Amino acid sequence: MEQLLRILEHNARLPLEDIAAMLDTTPAAVAAMMDEAAARGYIHGYSTLIDWERAGVNVVEAVIELHVSPRKSRGFDEVASAIAAFDEVDSVLLMSGSYDLQVIIKGHSFQEIALFVAKRLSPLDDVLSTATSFVLRTYKRGGRLYQAEEIDERECTVL
Amino acid sequence: MDYQQLLAPAAKAMRPSGIRRFFDLAAEMPHCISLGVGEPDFKTPWAVRDAGIRSLEQGRTRYTANAGLKELRAEICAYLARRFDLAYEPEQVLVTVGGSEAIDLTIRALVAPGDEVVIPEPCFVCYEPITQLTGGVPVHIATRAEDGFRLTPAALRAAITPRTKLIILPYPNNPTGGVMGEGDLEAIAEVLRGTGIMVLSDEIYAELTYGLDRHVSFASLPGMAERTVVVNGFSKAYAMTGWRLGYAAGPQAVIKVMTKIHQSCIMSAPTTSQYAAITALHNCDEAIETMRDEYNRRRRYVVKSLNEMGLACFEPRGAFYVFPGIQASGLSSEEFCERLLREKEVAIVPGDAFGACGEGYARISYAYSVDHLQTAMGRIRAFLQENHWL
Repeated sequence: MEQLLRILEHNARLPLEDIAAMLDTTPAAVAAMMDEAAARGYIHGYSTLIDWERAGVNVVEAVIELHVSPRKSRGFDEVASAIAAFDEVDSVLLMSGSYDLQVIIKGHSFQEIALFVAKRLSPLDDVLSTATSFVLRTYKRGGRLYQAEEIDERECTVL
Repeated sequence: MDYQQLLAPAAKAMRPSGIRRFFDLAAEMPHCISLGVGEPDFKTPWAVRDAGIRSLEQGRTRYTANAGLKELRAEICAYLARRFDLAYEPEQVLVTVGGSEAIDLTIRALVAPGDEVVIPEPCFVCYEPITQLTGGVPVHIATRAEDGFRLTPAALRAAITPRTKLIILPYPNNPTGGVMGEGDLEAIAEVLRGTGIMVLSDEIYAELTYGLDRHVSFASLPGMAERTVVVNGFSKAYAMTGWRLGYAAGPQAVIKVMTKIHQSCIMSAPTTSQYAAITALHNCDEAIETMRDEYNRRRRYVVKSLNEMGLACFEPRGAFYVFPGIQASGLSSEEFCERLLREKEVAIVPGDAFGACGEGYARISYAYSVDHLQTAMGRIRAFLQENHWL
């Protein structure tokens, strides 16, 4: 299972037959494992890495550092779940270090994101403070380079 | 100056010659997809690179002892004992510039003019020219796909003459991916017991074997250490090709003479690389494992893809090459590879580059990402379809 997950994490579009060959099993067995992985919550979905900048589509992304006050009974879960429920929110991570939650938001404009922070996030009872940083450029995401292709420099003839 | 007159005949006659033209052609094609290289696509594990950097920061920039850092030779002995059940002392180890130098030194230390060197083919191409440069006589044994490209005792027995000095054992094998198991090696050992014949066991791909059985070193068989020089290195297992570091382990008297030659032409292997290699041996078993697992997945994928295309493929159990037969096309290896290059811009290596018996085959390296391999397999499939071979 771990090997299958590692293959899919890197490329979810490989044909079942090819994955089966790599794992020395049958396509049906791979399909069953993928279903099981989804059912058990190992796989939460399949998405695509898109370079929106290159595609000419306006996508603004921001990373927001939040300080929150955890509840006695449920710790950070309650406020984190409340934030995760917003459609605009791409990811919510509980962090070690100098702040508590890292929230990544995608929108069409800086203003849209600023308004979201001001009107939706900041007013939440448990949110103590926010610090918003906008993403200016993506160099690498999901293990893939965005700005430059990795060049294969191997040119030695080894026979 | 008439350089052709001046150049030494043995040097001029060296292989590879025909293959050069082929690679020059590939180099001129900007969209060419290569499956030709013989080195890992992985980068050297960070811990190893860091150790190299640290040695530079500490100013360790001088020659080492001729035979290599004592600490590294001790680590090599510990590694060979741990992984392959071999018992060597640091005095029996020489650190070289890649496995290639170790091969060169072994042959030069042992082979006198007229001595015969038995070379099972297809194989890495350096054994023959080095043998010829020393005045030795190469004796080829053609191994066969139906034998798993293994050296058989019968073929070996038939090749041995009173002039036989050295046998090359190039397993796990480049280009076929063939391996020799303990039983296969024992049968070879039995042929050699009681003779004065030496063995150069080129085990550079020892860490890259797939399946249940780990690589068995020929020197670990009863009575074989005394007649064997084991050649190994860091290039393939640790993705350290550019560091140029290998080693030879063998009988002290042989290593001593090899060290004398090494001292004259090299002095000592690169110092930075030697410090890095200590960390490789000490800390990187897990990194080897991760890379091997990745190669194994690619291996299975490529073998399946080629077999589906009708390029019958012996299942390789070692190294990172597959060696499919291309006979279905009715072309020679070189014609097949050149047309594949011209028509689909995929570069693979004609099998006859690795010895005459490689005719009818081609070498495909899977030291490439799965994405790259997928594209290449798609192009090869289209090539076969368009020519009605599939």
